[in-house]
Amino acid sequence: MSSHPMTSRPLYFIILSFLFTFFPSCGGSSIALAQAEPIDIATTQMIPDSEQVVVEPVTSLIAADHKYDDGGMIDLSWVPSIDDQLVASRVIGYKVYRIEDEGEPEMISELAPGSNTYNDQSVERGKLYSYFVSTLSINAETPSVRTAPIEPQREWLNYELLNVLIMALVLGGAVIYFIETARRGKKLFVRKIAGLEAVDEAIGRATEMGRPILFIPGILDMDDVQTLAALTILGRVARIIADYDTKIFMPVSRSLVMTAGRETIKASYQAAGRPDAYSDDMVTYITDEQFGYVAAVDGIMVREKPATCFLLGAFFAESLILAETGNSVGAIQIAGTARPAQLPFFIAACDFTLIGEELFAASAYLSGEPKQMGSLKGQDVGKAIAMAAILIGILTVTIGDAWNVEWIQNITTGLVDVFSTR
Amino acid sequence: MEHFALWLGGFLTLGIFSFLYKDNPWYKLTEAIYVGISAGYFVVVYFWDNFYSKFWVGVFPHKRLNEAGELVAGVEPDYWLIIGGVLGLLMLMRLLPKVGWISRWPLAFIVGATAGLWLINYFASFVMVQIQNTVTPLFGADYNASLFVIVGNIVVAVGTFTGLIYFFFSKEHKGAFGSAARVGIFFLMITFGASFGYTVMSRMSLLIGRIDFLFGDWLGMIR
Repeated sequence: MSSHPMTSRPLYFIILSFLFTFFPSCGGSSIALAQAEPIDIATTQMIPDSEQVVVEPVTSLIAADHKYDDGGMIDLSWVPSIDDQLVASRVIGYKVYRIEDEGEPEMISELAPGSNTYNDQSVERGKLYSYFVSTLSINAETPSVRTAPIEPQREWLNYELLNVLIMALVLGGAVIYFIETARRGKKLFVRKIAGLEAVDEAIGRATEMGRPILFIPGILDMDDVQTLAALTILGRVARIIADYDTKIFMPVSRSLVMTAGRETIKASYQAAGRPDAYSDDMVTYITDEQFGYVAAVDGIMVREKPATCFLLGAFFAESLILAETGNSVGAIQIAGTARPAQLPFFIAACDFTLIGEELFAASAYLSGEPKQMGSLKGQDVGKAIAMAAILIGILTVTIGDAWNVEWIQNITTGLVDVFSTR
Repeated sequence: MEHFALWLGGFLTLGIFSFLYKDNPWYKLTEAIYVGISAGYFVVVYFWDNFYSKFWVGVFPHKRLNEAGELVAGVEPDYWLIIGGVLGLLMLMRLLPKVGWISRWPLAFIVGATAGLWLINYFASFVMVQIQNTVTPLFGADYNASLFVIVGNIVVAVGTFTGLIYFFFSKEHKGAFGSAARVGIFFLMITFGASFGYTVMSRMSLLIGRIDFLFGDWLGMIR
């Protein structure tokens, strides 16, 4: 009934077996093929031979190290049992067994009929693992031959993301080029951003009215880029405030933001030549709790009646509450966030809103520093590449599909590959 | 005790709602209780979750004893955590004015590491995947898409392209480029309008939840 194992195996398995037999070093330990070793499974011995529904085992079982991981995965693949059919199948499933460091077999997974792969994610580096897969019938279990021991490996570089690296290098190169260009004194053009044009005016208004300026840097910590962008803008805003001798107040919901905020304002006051006017009280920690923070800031708004409110950073459900309260006390409000769900509220309730990337562009625009300007121009190169890719991609995929022209379809495939993140 | 908690919850909820009229002592009291309790709560949570559970237990894992009271192999200490502990300690240098500048080092580490870690994540998710998903045949594969799908594909393509033009900072928004940017901002505003309506509806559910508490749990008028 059963054929010779070699006859039922695909050609690649025979070639690989040949290679590993005569050139064992060419595969290292990253691929382990099934090898004939006796395996003792108790379940098949409990039923008399005449009543057992014996099924053929899986063949070509291969255990291979999972590519580009931290050494925590092994991939198994096999050719399903020939008794595993779509109609009237005698196979009801498979059991995957693992043997760790030549110990006892341990069943690690039970799979449905038709399965031919398994990804073992519970392995550790430094240990040897071998596997076998049992084919299940209604009352018997037929084990396959066991793979040679394999040790999971850690890879330091993920070559599947090579295109991401190349794209990052292209953009990084553009940023460096524009920074150097700006440093050599060439003036780089950046279009006007409406919200930022109003910064000087808003601070001037607060000075004239003798009322404070409220700066709210969102509710996330220093590990969020929006908070970083907000603090960069704070540096510029605080510098103008120091020049105008206006009062700034910055309630925060994160201790690290408090520290960074104090550093930023202090540096601005020093740059303005007024270090004596700086006080740590300008930046106050309230609480990490979202709505506790909102309750306190709302209270500050109605009591201090700031002339200008800056709402820049990462905001969540509190965005409309803060913006509405600021609006109710008659403050000029300049808001900015990269969170799409909160932008509508700022647009509705604030005088000026920095939409998405405008928040990140703002610091470069305000400071005019070569590093930031170069970075902004480099990002524009990225956007130009994206626009070109989208335009070419849509045209080629639409025309290529209609006319079935191979070279046009190849362009589409190439573009999709370049921007693939696997 | 349960009744006291209900009455306290009702009292504090109405205290917060009283802000809708104007700032008043009731709101100030509620605000102070809320801020004070939440700040204290987070100090305790951070201490036990981060300092104790992650750092202390990570560096000095609990010893495991068997039934005979003998030491058995347990979790290995993770000495890498000491680096985080040292950075945390450096942050506290801020309390000593003479060496306060050292607290900038861990801050610089956090800011730098964050920027580096997010660079590839943001680039892959918000740039590459976005481009890949936008490149679709406008009229569907084999020109068999329905009118609805075709309009959808065109909206995605035009919206993405003109949106990118709006966020292009190296060129003044004038002429054809300016017109395209204006189309881009129209797309953005329509999206924001839809998002506004959706979010307002979800916020209504929060209000309903509070009203349910006041009239149901507290006053028993809703059953």
